[in-house]
Amino acid sequence: MSISIHRALPPGLPAPGIEPLTQPYWEGTRAGRLIIQRCRDCHRFQWGPEWICHHCHSFELGWEEVAPKGRIWSWQRPHHPVHPALNGHTPYIIALVELPHADGVRMVGNLLCGATDPVVIGAAVQAVFEPHDDADPPYTLVQWRLAG
Amino acid sequence: MQGGGSSRRMTERSLRGKAAIAGIGETTYYRHGQSPDAEFKLALQAILAACRDAGIDPREVDGFASYGGDRSDPPRLAAALGIRELRFSNMHWGGGGGGVAAAVANAAAAVHAGMADCVIAFRSLAQGQFARYGRGAQSSAATGDDAFLAPYGLMSPAQRFAMKITRFMSDHAIRHEALRAIAMASYHHAQTNPRAVMRGRPLDEAKYDASRWIIEPFHRLFDCCQENDGAGAVLVVPAERAKDLPHRPVYLLGAAQGADHRTAAPVHNAPDYASAHFKTVARQMWAMAKLGPSEVDVVQAYENFTGGVLLSLVEHGFVDPARANEELVLENLLAPGGRMPMNTSGGNLAECYMHGLEMVNEATRQLRGTACNQVPGPEVVAVLGGPMVTPVSSLVLGTEATL
Repeated sequence: MSISIHRALPPGLPAPGIEPLTQPYWEGTRAGRLIIQRCRDCHRFQWGPEWICHHCHSFELGWEEVAPKGRIWSWQRPHHPVHPALNGHTPYIIALVELPHADGVRMVGNLLCGATDPVVIGAAVQAVFEPHDDADPPYTLVQWRLAG
Repeated sequence: MQGGGSSRRMTERSLRGKAAIAGIGETTYYRHGQSPDAEFKLALQAILAACRDAGIDPREVDGFASYGGDRSDPPRLAAALGIRELRFSNMHWGGGGGGVAAAVANAAAAVHAGMADCVIAFRSLAQGQFARYGRGAQSSAATGDDAFLAPYGLMSPAQRFAMKITRFMSDHAIRHEALRAIAMASYHHAQTNPRAVMRGRPLDEAKYDASRWIIEPFHRLFDCCQENDGAGAVLVVPAERAKDLPHRPVYLLGAAQGADHRTAAPVHNAPDYASAHFKTVARQMWAMAKLGPSEVDVVQAYENFTGGVLLSLVEHGFVDPARANEELVLENLLAPGGRMPMNTSGGNLAECYMHGLEMVNEATRQLRGTACNQVPGPEVVAVLGGPMVTPVSSLVLGTEATL
């Protein structure tokens, strides 16, 4: 099977370390599902993963699938390569994406569009699951593209 | 009755006028990697200079306060300097210069509380000897928050803060020219400062506008601090002691440190995200100082990035975001005659990135009347520490007339 996957950034950047606290999220992304932390007691969503519900102090934190869509809350277009893997591969776009249907939690990802395209705060975006099957262990990043 | 008495005592719990900066010192400031001396030696040189300035035998120092994870630890300093008795060792958490004012305040709190008599607040940095800030760690897997950031190419301090700036500038329709004025003020003042690394390298609008992007939309090269080698130190003593020392005492009027609600929420989820996180800190600082921004004669505002300076100025009440485009113009920011002379030694951008310690020294020089870009007769100077780097901190210094 050879599927050509266009990745947002070149290979060589740090992989996400999969830790016990964050494992359900990464298992979800491998399956193409966006799963984030939700308190079993007060039912608030929170992101990133925390050890406690910062709202009600419950340690009973579950995980729940949310719709893979959001809107751009802020963004940046780095030009200076902060890692050797990025030499010659800038600029690129990092977006801060708000999930209004999940208590407004925010996620960070790359915006999949032309490197010099204009970016508009508030624009609707859709998650794109970007597999890194060749990594050991394999992982899948959540990226974003403009919706519609 | 008892409640009333206790609340009366509460209102008396203040550092206002209780401690003073009696000495200031710094090393030669170098471009990063250019120091001929090791970081620890730089720390010793700055501390000795501050003691010499205060007319105090270095062996009399009995405490050290620092921040930003300074590597020159107090027992080692005390051993090297032959200090007789170490009574106070203090490290303010947080990276960079968020803690610069807190270190001075912690030193003041120690001498006021009787835990020590003669405390050095300092910062030493040799970034040639150790790692640079402007590049991410080179590890293969990212953990903690970084697992959700580094794979997306978000690793540097500039990147951690850039989206705060994008949002704030967009919300308030503030133009990049306001940030240009902040950068140009620092470079302007550095041209007459013999200590400044950027002396002889003036900045004009054309040079700024032509400089390369670090991050769009608001971080050109000149919006970002340098990285430097050097050290700076101040000597803090009880207010009554300062009166017997060679220099006009510079009193701590107010100081505060900390962060507002959940600023360190993971993965950029701070509720008040587009902030330098000074809102609660500034309120506490002004309350202790018993004055406000309109009574400040000179401002030293830590520049990690010019966007952070804008947020600091807004959150301390110096600039109205709705008027930032009109207020943040070069002529307003220049000594001696500007409406709000700012970063009068060149600051982090152009004097030296000594994590803001150079700004405490400059505030002291302004109040002594010995600054290279002296504002006429200032009585109150504010030092706003590193913005966005919680726990952040700020302080206000004043002359005897302000007590």
